[in-house]
Amino acid sequence: MSTNFDDREGGYGFEREYERAGMPGRGQRRMQRRKICRFCIDKVDIIDFKDVRLLASYVPERGKILPRRISGMCASHQRMLAEAIKRARNIALLPYAAD
Amino acid sequence: MAEKRTYEIVFIVDPEADDAEVMRLTEAVQKILTDQGASVTKTEMMGRRQLAYEINHKRDGVYVLLEVEGSGAEIAELERRMRVNDRILRYMTIRVDEDRRRADKLKNRRARKAERKTAGKGKAQQAESDTEADSEAA
Repeated sequence: MSTNFDDREGGYGFEREYERAGMPGRGQRRMQRRKICRFCIDKVDIIDFKDVRLLASYVPERGKILPRRISGMCASHQRMLAEAIKRARNIALLPYAAD
Repeated sequence: MAEKRTYEIVFIVDPEADDAEVMRLTEAVQKILTDQGASVTKTEMMGRRQLAYEINHKRDGVYVLLEVEGSGAEIAELERRMRVNDRILRYMTIRVDEDRRRADKLKNRRARKAERKTAGKGKAQQAESDTEADSEAA
């Protein structure tokens, strides 16, 4: 019986470790205010793959798609944005990878 | 299959082609589509622009955008032709009618919601004061 409890405690310990690993340099990081989705405010329903200027603002130097945790975008708009960026890449409006 | 679908076609023409050749190519594309029974609703020359990466060792290209209504069979034929044409560096076809329908739906829903909000405002305020009175009584 007691061994079972030990196991469970081990599990909790791991979870705490995981949380800690997930936020490097806590304190300041966690105090940042929650960002809100810009596309939701503007009520955007379609993100056009031809709108290079808009898309480029979500593609940093390296050419990767800006993650949601940075931009604070909502899930559905992030999906639409990712799709649009991938389409733009296909017709060479945006780079697949920039060095 | 009877339903109409809307497609957006973007293709990139070789930068060495002059304006006349680009026009000729575009007309040829339109002809293929109309011959197959589709209708071209919009043609837009997006012009010469730099490519984000090299395609066939070319650094820029001429972009042409078409909007087409049809059943989908024309697209297959067009893509077959574009694949063998070495003046066309790249093409992409996107089906847009579904997304647009979805967008319209969302827009309508928002409009209805806004309407309801303005219509039901008096009632909502009434309910609010009621709950306040209740909490005071408690």
